[in-house]
Amino acid sequence: MSILVNRNTRVITQGITGSAGAFHTKQAMEYGTNVVGGTAPGKGGTTFEGLPVFNTVEQAVRETGANASVIYVPAPFAADAIMEAVDADLDLVICITEGIPVLDMVKVKRFMEGRKTRLIGPNCPGVITPGECKIGIMPGYIHTPGRVGVVSRSGTLTYEAVYQLTVRNIGQSTAVGIGGDPVNGTNFIDVLKMFNEDPDTEAVIMIGEIGGNAEEQAAEWIRANMTKPVTGFIAGATAPPGRRMGHAGAIVSGGSGTAESKIRTMEACGIRIAPTPSEMGATMQAVLEERGLLEKCKVR
Amino acid sequence: MNIHEYQAKAVLAQYGVAVPAGQVAFSVEEAVAAARALGGSGVVKAQIHAGGRGKAGGVKVSKTLEDVEKNARELLGKTLVTHQTGPQGKVVKRLLIEQLTDIQKEYYIGLVLDRGSGRVVMMASAEGGMEIEEVAAKTPEKIFRETVDPAVGLLPYQARKLAFAMGIPNNLVNKAVKFMTALYDCFVDKDCSVAEINPLVVTGGGDVMALDAKLNFDDNALFRHPDIVELRDLDEEDPKEIQASKFDLNYVALDGNIGLMVNGAGLAMATMDTVKYYKGEPANFLDVGGGATEEKVTEAFKIILSDENVRGILVNIFGGIMKCDVIANGVVAAAKQVKLNIPLVVRLEGTNVELGKQILNESGLNIVAADSLADAAQRIVGLV
Repeated sequence: MSILVNRNTRVITQGITGSAGAFHTKQAMEYGTNVVGGTAPGKGGTTFEGLPVFNTVEQAVRETGANASVIYVPAPFAADAIMEAVDADLDLVICITEGIPVLDMVKVKRFMEGRKTRLIGPNCPGVITPGECKIGIMPGYIHTPGRVGVVSRSGTLTYEAVYQLTVRNIGQSTAVGIGGDPVNGTNFIDVLKMFNEDPDTEAVIMIGEIGGNAEEQAAEWIRANMTKPVTGFIAGATAPPGRRMGHAGAIVSGGSGTAESKIRTMEACGIRIAPTPSEMGATMQAVLEERGLLEKCKVR
Repeated sequence: MNIHEYQAKAVLAQYGVAVPAGQVAFSVEEAVAAARALGGSGVVKAQIHAGGRGKAGGVKVSKTLEDVEKNARELLGKTLVTHQTGPQGKVVKRLLIEQLTDIQKEYYIGLVLDRGSGRVVMMASAEGGMEIEEVAAKTPEKIFRETVDPAVGLLPYQARKLAFAMGIPNNLVNKAVKFMTALYDCFVDKDCSVAEINPLVVTGGGDVMALDAKLNFDDNALFRHPDIVELRDLDEEDPKEIQASKFDLNYVALDGNIGLMVNGAGLAMATMDTVKYYKGEPANFLDVGGGATEEKVTEAFKIILSDENVRGILVNIFGGIMKCDVIANGVVAAAKQVKLNIPLVVRLEGTNVELGKQILNESGLNIVAADSLADAAQRIVGLV
């Protein structure tokens, strides 16, 4: 098993004819993801790599039975694309798009209240269950099917963690990028809950960064509820205060959101923190060994 | 994006937020003319993108035209050092000449995004004129908050609650409500990320107005606010950061000597952290982002090299949306164009990695290849 996506997930791409949408849809298909179609307003009735293209998400869902979508629509139109997918009652919407205005996401979050759709992102790499389903922009070949979950605010740092696990023969159950924006659809705690309940996940790597207090809240939740070991890393210990470090959410303001405070809280809650990003894999390996889980997590 | 106080007040006034009469001045003559129009006196306020101007001597009450002239002459061209400018300070190039205000009491009003709820929150306090972070740390009970439902906006009852809680005189509560509602409308309409009125004042004449105003805007939303983009003051920004923003690169100048080019904000921060861990000093944060082209990478390279402190460069790319061969082509093209003569360490991983490495190897350039982030950081620290 795994969380969020698996071989039965039926995916459509919103913005399938754009350059990023087209490139990554092909990559996902090559990986084995069950992509069933896509949307591009005005191009309904055409095909892309043999897949049907529709004008609206509603139509795509009706015709293909899709239950998930991935969004590559440019930032000015991405909030609308998310709401269109939510209105079509998809189970899961993954928004890759970077640079969506924050107040657009405030509206999206309000719009989603009381509806069944789970949103991952925006400004995220996506979700992958290795060997079964890749939705997003992560390079597939660095992943290995296995039993360690990964959840992260950063895309490329997620790849870094996954790669370090793979070279140690430790596979991954699912890797989830929740995105670097201040307002997102799914937070650390949501994903940790799912990993905690997933019988095929033994441990979790949680990767955070400066800004906000989501890591601190997740750490408290872990202390109270998590039955599986969690290791972590926080990026931005050397970032100057008051400057936005790439991600809209990565900013230390008014002395809050520092890496130091996050690391302190996480350690106090029993989370082992890697001293450098190069040691995320080694830290997980050490913890698995101490808990007697390493053999179970090794890929044969 | 940041703008000056006088610009913020002009934007706020469009929405009906009460502000004192005033005029921007770029010279002593303009300052005197502005004061004359205000009746022969005014407050001379230095306009720089930093708070703490009052304490640093950047705000001068001037009762006569002679005072205005003297103070304007003193402030224009002066380097103001406040707790927000850093020790190097900022040179004053613009002044706001503003009507003298009969202040009865000072308050605080702010609007920010609350990340936890994903909503905008209005904060109010009777502790006007103080740093709100300080109030929040020492006496959090003195800050009142109302969370706004984006479907209906800030409701009058919420503004009333705040006005009563912070002790606005009963007869002025309606004016305060109008002020807060207009402030919220402006915040949402212009895609602000921060709006701060500190202090908000009640005057002897019974007005509720913004004595100071700070507006920051969401960079992601600037595409739909050309009027705000026009207010950008390039004198307030690092020239390298200006150049980077033209090419949609996330660049932040730092004080060290190792230039960094990384894809992804998290990895870029982690690369800074790692360089520092191995006792190196990063010269910058630079995220080349998702859809980078060869041209963009070349430009990123030039920006790094325009910093004369840079003694070596570390390129760290984990390709996802970004393909390694694109990065490799950009690196090679840029290194050739600028005739690179300082050490360059490159670490590539991800989509098309073999092709990328091949391009680097066949380039004939002196590039040190690294296998991991730790390896790359140690190598570049060893070379500078």
